[in-house]
Amino acid sequence: MGESLFFTLPEIVLTLGSLFLLMLAAFMGDRVSRLATWLAVGFFVIAALVTPEIIGRGGVGFDGLYIADSFAAFSKILIYIAAAAALVAATSWFARDGTFRTEYPVLILLSAVGMGMMVSAGDLLTLYVGLELLSLSSYVLASFQRRDVRSAEAGLKYFVLGALASGILLYGISLLYGFTGSTLFGQINLALGRDGVSTGELFGIVFVLAGIAFKVSAVPFHMWTPDVYEGAPTPVTAYFASAPKVAAMCLMARVAIEGMGPATFEWRQIVIFSALASTILGGVAAINQRNIKRLLAYSSINNVGFALIGLAAATREGIASVLFYMAVYVVMTIGSFLCVLRMRDETGRPVETIASLSGLSRTRPGLAAALAMFMFSLAGIPPLFGFWPKFLVFNAAVEADLTWLAAVGIATSVIGAYYYLKIIKTMYFDEPAPAFEPSRDRIEGVLIVLAALFISPLGYFSIPYIDAAAQNAAGALF
Amino acid sequence: MIQAAAFYLFATIVIASGVMTIASRNPVHSVLWLILAFFNAAGLMLLLGAEFIAMLLVIVYVGAVAVLFLFVVMMLDVDFAEMRAGFAKYLPFGTLLAIVLLAEIVFAIAAWNAGSIATGVRAAPTNAAVPNIEALGTVLYTRYLYIFEGAGLVLLVAMIGAIVLTQRTRSGVRPQNVSAQVRRRPEDATRNVNQPVGQGVEL
Repeated sequence: MGESLFFTLPEIVLTLGSLFLLMLAAFMGDRVSRLATWLAVGFFVIAALVTPEIIGRGGVGFDGLYIADSFAAFSKILIYIAAAAALVAATSWFARDGTFRTEYPVLILLSAVGMGMMVSAGDLLTLYVGLELLSLSSYVLASFQRRDVRSAEAGLKYFVLGALASGILLYGISLLYGFTGSTLFGQINLALGRDGVSTGELFGIVFVLAGIAFKVSAVPFHMWTPDVYEGAPTPVTAYFASAPKVAAMCLMARVAIEGMGPATFEWRQIVIFSALASTILGGVAAINQRNIKRLLAYSSINNVGFALIGLAAATREGIASVLFYMAVYVVMTIGSFLCVLRMRDETGRPVETIASLSGLSRTRPGLAAALAMFMFSLAGIPPLFGFWPKFLVFNAAVEADLTWLAAVGIATSVIGAYYYLKIIKTMYFDEPAPAFEPSRDRIEGVLIVLAALFISPLGYFSIPYIDAAAQNAAGALF
Repeated sequence: MIQAAAFYLFATIVIASGVMTIASRNPVHSVLWLILAFFNAAGLMLLLGAEFIAMLLVIVYVGAVAVLFLFVVMMLDVDFAEMRAGFAKYLPFGTLLAIVLLAEIVFAIAAWNAGSIATGVRAAPTNAAVPNIEALGTVLYTRYLYIFEGAGLVLLVAMIGAIVLTQRTRSGVRPQNVSAQVRRRPEDATRNVNQPVGQGVEL
């Protein structure tokens, strides 16, 4: 038991941290919300430092319910970085409206506990409880600005659709449990390998993957994404688009490889369909969007599709490319949302239309350049770093004899490039719209510069390190 | 044999009443169908040999349904007077449900006495010597401790969420000031007066 508890050290740190902040919130009120945010960032740093595999060896805890391997460590570090960035981005945003409450960092910490449970899950029950912990905090975060009608609507929509997805997931879990006799990934794997995939098991696999696909907003289950992303407060949207996506994607990879390995042929069809549908719909539906947050929502659907192509390969290289993709995707997404956070008109009210970006290169050249870099990178245009993970994903697909999938993927990334380039055209070649209010927050500016540096060709210097970590992490699943 | 018959009976009614819960237009009917679904789910648990879960299902969900009923009545603006007037109208429907439930209880007891069904034993072999509650408690606090604590956190988030989304500070309310109440001494509120005879009281 002691060793098992040692493995869960990051979750324990985050839980105790959130309870401490909860006390702070209860006794000090909203005056200390800024302090609480920085304390929460500190807890994330501690949690990252005590992650097993970082401080020593990992292992399997609680009789297989919890797995602390290099795969979990990689995803957790990524999740903690993304969540900390979303926390820092929120301070000045909420402070402007006077709605910054101390519960915000508490909820982010608790959802990070849920995400840690998800990526370390070795059992369908751990998976479900972790997912539910994340979802429940997300519903609250989506409607955090409760006086804003759109925020409340986003929360309600997310809640209703999320509850439906949880139901689907639970149905799949009960089918898998009923037909294989266990909820442990390892046991399910053995049962599937022993006597082939029966119809009941196949249904279970389909439902479980559908439930998780809702969380990564892959296409047949993406309907909630644009509405929730548009309605939720922008820092929360930045959070939704980064950390939970990583967690759900890593969870999907682990369930698919560790839990359903012998059924690869069956689940690969689902993943391929979802990947193609996501890349195509994410590219086509974004073209007519007028709201930058909606556009970024479709962009995230599109990107998830590309990451799924790596998962469809179902090889060690494929999983490593998924991890690499998510790492770069998180930086690009957070960078773009940090730019969106700076979009405020001269009275200080946030604006979200793409039209308001017209001629940004003349009024705010720095911001325009940063946003242009993120857009080029999201489109996967070569000198920028966003190209490399796309290349890895397609490469993995080709090596797994899925050349046609890679070819279609490349074709759809061209569709996607259209709307990214349209934003750049709006910023650089259109008549200037009224200038944005000058932004004062330095920390956000520093984060944007850091993200832009990582995305720039300088990022290629980090390839050996990230690649080694991703390969090592992916190796833990095979 | 009787277990198989009971299983199909319960399973059919669970699904049918589940469908009726979402299909019926009257919210009161919906809630009643839901109760029927819960009872039948409890019957299925009984067949699996999980008596404790079966009883828990009935006890907890009957409580939950009572709350749900209140919510339905409050939120959907159901007219109470009209509902009372409709008592006679609901009587045959309610009686029907009651008869079904009674028949099922008889069935369930007969089936339970015949032993639990084989599928349950195959999926999760249990030690017959250990009572249900004991077995559940043993795994809940040892093997599944991690998930149990996780479920606790889920509830904590639900509580925080409810407070974050609904609590607001209203102006013009007079909340209790505990420290002021505790600080108050007898001298602040009372005074001793040596009242002379024959004079009026000065208040």
